Amino acid sequence: MTIKDKTNKVTEDFNQFDDWMDKYNFLIDLGKNLPVIDSKYKTKNNLISGCQSQVWLHAAYLDGKIVFTADSDAVITKGIVNLLIQVFSGHTPDEILEADTDFINTTGLKEHLSPTRSNGLVSMIKQMKLYALAFKTKTQQE
Amino acid sequence: MTFDVHKIRNDFPILGRNVYGRPLVYLDNAATTQKPEVVIKRIASYYENENCNIHRGVHKLGQMATLAYENARKTVQQFLRAKSSTEIIFTRGTTESINLVAATYARKNIRKGDEIVISAMEHHANIVPWQFICEENQARLRVIPVTDKGELDMAGFRSILSEKTKIVSVNWISNALGTVNPVEEIIQLAHHYGAVVLLDAAQAVAHMPVDVIRLDCDFMAFSGHKIFAPMGIGVLYGKEKLLENMPPYMGGGEMIKKVTFEKTTFNELPFKFEAGTPNVEGVLGLEAALQYLAGIDADKAADYEDQLLAYATEKMLETNRLRVIGQAKRKKSILSFLIGDHHPFDVGAIIDHLGVAVRTGHHCTQPLMDRFGIPGTVRASFSIYNTFEEIDILAESCKKAAQMLD
Repeated sequence: MTIKDKTNKVTEDFNQFDDWMDKYNFLIDLGKNLPVIDSKYKTKNNLISGCQSQVWLHAAYLDGKIVFTADSDAVITKGIVNLLIQVFSGHTPDEILEADTDFINTTGLKEHLSPTRSNGLVSMIKQMKLYALAFKTKTQQE
Repeated sequence: MTFDVHKIRNDFPILGRNVYGRPLVYLDNAATTQKPEVVIKRIASYYENENCNIHRGVHKLGQMATLAYENARKTVQQFLRAKSSTEIIFTRGTTESINLVAATYARKNIRKGDEIVISAMEHHANIVPWQFICEENQARLRVIPVTDKGELDMAGFRSILSEKTKIVSVNWISNALGTVNPVEEIIQLAHHYGAVVLLDAAQAVAHMPVDVIRLDCDFMAFSGHKIFAPMGIGVLYGKEKLLENMPPYMGGGEMIKKVTFEKTTFNELPFKFEAGTPNVEGVLGLEAALQYLAGIDADKAADYEDQLLAYATEKMLETNRLRVIGQAKRKKSILSFLIGDHHPFDVGAIIDHLGVAVRTGHHCTQPLMDRFGIPGTVRASFSIYNTFEEIDILAESCKKAAQMLD
């Protein structure tokens, strides 16, 4: 699946719920199913700034693709992170860098999360793209 | 005077609004209070009929606006029971008031090796300005510990106090815990060592009677927006002889007597500390808020708020795994809590969508949150216009959040 296919699916999954309580339940479930980060990666360096809860994001580069794992101490945040990992993990740096992130608007995530939380969402995507850039640059230098 | 919460609610236009299609349950009064119609109208009427720069000019509007502004200063003086209106300085808020004292009184008087005492439950506004001064003047910042119940460790305070202590600056009511601190005792102890005391009264003025002479505090700071007045206006009270000896804070118009390029002399109190065009609308709004409050029976209001807090605490304890953070014997208005290990933002986000406005996070008291080993709390804070029914909605919403998160 391309990133575009995945963002369409995420938007569809999320928008099947009209009520925000149901959307939150969906995110909470996602949060409980987040691929767990190895505790050795829960370091200060891996903390995403701009999030009110703590969010650790780790990226590994395997066979030309980036694999993300993450954790947070807030479960709704874990759900959001899981959504992002579903979209971006397992893709090449170029695919991630070129990805359209409009789904954060079409799902209503950006609008309905509190400004501080939606800033955290934007920070997470930015961090994922920075990792992509870093791995791309590293590969080009080798 | 009676106390009728439904009549009071009608005075506050915003309380009638909905959020997410549900009635707004506003329980974030420690962050800011809502404004009664009379305050909103006062600001509008100022701009409709009276707007003018003050303390300048000879025309009619100027005189009227100046008179209104100075009358408001007297209203604040009476509210605080201060000796003189020259002891009332208008600022932008508690943060600016504390910074003013730090940047002028402390900068001038604190020497190398002196000590400034604050507590572990202070708001950042009552920590950071003192950190600046301690760094600049090579002084030491001492911190009164907080007990597990969220009270000041007074034995710890006594052991910190010494002849090196020059300033003690503490909050009267903790914005994170609701603890009412024993400020009369703190002031007496500090004065015994010749230290001056600044009280951060931001949370206190809306919930306690204030008498600066009886308290004998040297400085007191509060913000208008926490007492039903607009944002952008606050007060610094200071004993006259202390204010006289402080150098100016901001330089500019109004605070001067004569300006030449060789030398500039400064205006007398309170104008020495009120550079530039003031927030006249804010001052008049503050006066209107204090006058509104004067029409409510203060004892009955305080009693009602205490009942709200007691009811809220009892009702919230019905939620599974509820932890009340801040269990001081004497508390006002504030209920900070956590539900099991759930992150406060998760709880706050869910109850927000049920129309309940509370504050989540560290409440600008990161050292206090670290002391309790928590990322933050959910904080419900009550005011005279909240009802028992609203507390029922808070409790139900929290139970729902707990169900979803467990």
